[in-house]
Amino acid sequence: MMRGALHYVRRNPSLVVGVALLAALSLFIIIGHLLVDTEEARPLSVPALRPPSSDYPFGTDRQGRDLLAVMVVGTPLTLRIGFIAGFLGVGLGTLLAFTGAYYRGVIDTIIRGIADIGLTVPGLLVLIIIAVSIKRALTVNQMAIVVASLAWLYPTRTIRAQVLSLRERGYVEVARLSGMSGPGIIFFELMPNVLPYLAASLIGAVSSAILASIGLEVLGLGPIDAPTLGMTLYWVNFNAAMINGWWWWWTAPTVIILMVFLGLFFLTVGLDEIANPRLRRSV
Amino acid sequence: MQAAYIARRFGVFLLIVWLAGTLNFFLPRLSGQDPVRTKLLQQAALGGYVQGGIDEMTREYEQRFGLDKPLWRQYLTYLEDVSRLDFNYSIANYPRTVRELIADALPWTIGLLGTTTLLSFGIGTLLGALLAWPRAPRWMGWLMPPLWALHAIPFFLLGLILTYLLAFQVPLLPIFGGYSAGVAPELSWSFAWDVFQHTLLPGLSIILVATGGWALGMRGMMVTTMGEDYVVLAEAKGLKAPTVFLRYCMRNAVLPQVTALALALGQILSGAVLVEVIFGYPGIGTLLYQAIRESDHFVIQGIVFTVIVALGLTTFVLDVVYPWLDPRISYRRS
Amino acid sequence: MSEPVLRVEGLSVVFDHPLGKVQAVDDISFALAAGERFGLAGESGSGKSTLALAILRMIKPPGRIEAGEVKLGNTGLADLDDEGMRALRLARIALVPQGSMNSLNPVLRIGGQIADAFADHGLRLSRGEEEQRIDALLIRVGLPGSVARMYPHELSGGMKQRACIAIATCLRPRVIIADEPTSALDVVVQRQVMATLARAQQQLGAAVILIGHDMGLMAQFVDRLGVMYAGRLVEVAPIAEIITRARHPYTRALIAALPSLETRGALAGIPGLAPLLRDLPPGCAFHPRCTLATERCRIEKPLLRCVDGAEVACHLA
Repeated sequence: MMRGALHYVRRNPSLVVGVALLAALSLFIIIGHLLVDTEEARPLSVPALRPPSSDYPFGTDRQGRDLLAVMVVGTPLTLRIGFIAGFLGVGLGTLLAFTGAYYRGVIDTIIRGIADIGLTVPGLLVLIIIAVSIKRALTVNQMAIVVASLAWLYPTRTIRAQVLSLRERGYVEVARLSGMSGPGIIFFELMPNVLPYLAASLIGAVSSAILASIGLEVLGLGPIDAPTLGMTLYWVNFNAAMINGWWWWWTAPTVIILMVFLGLFFLTVGLDEIANPRLRRSV
Repeated sequence: MQAAYIARRFGVFLLIVWLAGTLNFFLPRLSGQDPVRTKLLQQAALGGYVQGGIDEMTREYEQRFGLDKPLWRQYLTYLEDVSRLDFNYSIANYPRTVRELIADALPWTIGLLGTTTLLSFGIGTLLGALLAWPRAPRWMGWLMPPLWALHAIPFFLLGLILTYLLAFQVPLLPIFGGYSAGVAPELSWSFAWDVFQHTLLPGLSIILVATGGWALGMRGMMVTTMGEDYVVLAEAKGLKAPTVFLRYCMRNAVLPQVTALALALGQILSGAVLVEVIFGYPGIGTLLYQAIRESDHFVIQGIVFTVIVALGLTTFVLDVVYPWLDPRISYRRS
Repeated sequence: MSEPVLRVEGLSVVFDHPLGKVQAVDDISFALAAGERFGLAGESGSGKSTLALAILRMIKPPGRIEAGEVKLGNTGLADLDDEGMRALRLARIALVPQGSMNSLNPVLRIGGQIADAFADHGLRLSRGEEEQRIDALLIRVGLPGSVARMYPHELSGGMKQRACIAIATCLRPRVIIADEPTSALDVVVQRQVMATLARAQQQLGAAVILIGHDMGLMAQFVDRLGVMYAGRLVEVAPIAEIITRARHPYTRALIAALPSLETRGALAGIPGLAPLLRDLPPGCAFHPRCTLATERCRIEKPLLRCVDGAEVACHLA
């Protein structure tokens, strides 16, 4: 059993690394919530600008927040935005992709046209316009919706391509000839074959959504009161923490963001290995 | 046939320009109000920034985009302005116009983005091709995992890490700005050197991350290409290894890479904006950041429009160049 | 025969596959006389193309030449270093692939694909000389000179195949290996291409190994025929002998399967499927499908031996 596990580690190191990173993050969040006083993530809770010590393992920031508490509270917030936006994006994207790819014709041309043109426009800028136009400061959930508004573009395109290639396969014809209705075919025949691809798309969408949300936050368009990872970096920038030498302030969020992205990346690569043995790196 | 293709791509470009203008006009108004108008009225009431200018701006704005005007007329007026590259004045920096501000910042961004993209694409593509070649030197294989891992993280994150390592622990490079404070821009070697030092960190954060992506993609393409029949024949013809590598493999594998470049431009730009903000680099990104902080809607809209159009133009140029690289394209309607 | 121009002796090629060793070519030996037309027939998966690549020393991992020798004139090809082998390809032994598929570089003009062969084989030509030679080559294979400026996607299947013949003959090789040159073409174009190949071969005095599975085509073109099954040579004989008096049961079945224009009747096929090369039956590889199989055939692998004027690998010949 042990030997089998070790053997798999060697064959698919990416998956293991990815899962390990994400597991570590999850543990950090869970244990953190149990051990740390989350109230100290609010401003003016603790003395400001203390470097890391036994009292405050991650140090404190200028507004008097305990950075360890901030990380424990903020990480799940950022992840939540990513998950909501990612799921919404892939959900909508799948719907549009299937509709377009299955029914073809004008509907398909429109869907594909919008997706293609939408993708040439830098998403962050459109998000900025949207965010700037909303008068009130955003809550975390509203951020997710804003990011989701663009998150469906890429999944639509890739899933559509996948469905198109599957559509031509024999079993779809058989289903159609045996009288299955359109939506029936979509669900029972095409969907199961696209599922692995959807899973990969999902991870990618979540990753992009997290990136987009952090981007908006760093620019100051995020939920001002929430201690998310991106907002922490915003305050870092706002207070010129770099120049002032308060290194602990931006080290914590940087490391965590690093773990998030690397974890998701290695997870994608690892899953790809499983789904697509042809791509295995040759010796 | 060639002309028709170019015309089509240009049509797409015009469509994008129109889309940019339309987005800029409608998105802010989605909530039912016009935030620009609100802001101006606010400023006029509060006596913000330069009072005299604000009153005048507000009056003019009311005249052209006031609530008494039908929406479609406001829309047309806006499109007309924008097509003349008139983005109005900057609310925060009156009497400077938005166009001036953008014109000042744009060269910095183009410089940073242009050089880093070209370098990372060039190095990455070459590296990826070599990595796929069985006769490449062994040590190159070691470069892959770090590059690979690096390309998964956002540019600005690497920027933060590099700053810590290279500007803090070892005070080697400046952290902030495009050139040292108090120095006036001029055309001289010492200034160029100053700029170079300041550009190094932001530049490296982009190059080190982006190169991995290009290398990975190119390696995959090369592996596919190397299995093609025409490569088998090339070897059977007794062609020398460099000839097969360059003329038969790379020439073909690079085509999807160029396509990928055209598609990735938007993402690269978004990443670069954040890098500029982190480093206080005096380009479009920092301008945008300040404008957001000051709710300077005209600047924000101007930047968004300019950037979308610039990207559209670059994509158009790449589209036109592509048939020159791949002779099959101008004959096939894509 | 007088000094053979090419000799293959005991050539074996294996592929190392995690599921088992695949014997793609098993102990093949034959000799090719100067100017001779030698056919190599067999069904898909019989190892014919692998043999062609092995002669050119182009087998890549996970395949490797397990045993045997290839001699071009007096030179053992295994003795050459990489550079020596490279110089020999096209200049001494040329390959005509299935050009109508993907054998021409899509982004280069036809002329360029001939010119780079000149350049890499040390031919220093002026621009004008090069153009002239390319022109002459194209005309010789029945293509207009303007083809030199065209790209592969602008040519039809037959034209592409003839362009490949032009490339193969541009350095006047002594041996031409044509690997299924007409498989993807329609009959009319097939005839044109084969005529082109025949003409080119005669003008050069080169020997040709024609690889294929169309017995009818072989009958019209080759002097001698070798029949391959499951990576082994089962019969080698002059073509007239094979058509009228095939000695190996497999060859006989192949001939019988040819439809006739004169008589009508059911098409005769060969029952069963060709064996997987990594899972060959013991003894004679053909015995599961052979109507004459004996106990000996099931146990002992037959070797190629001379039987009045032909070579056969069958216990019953």
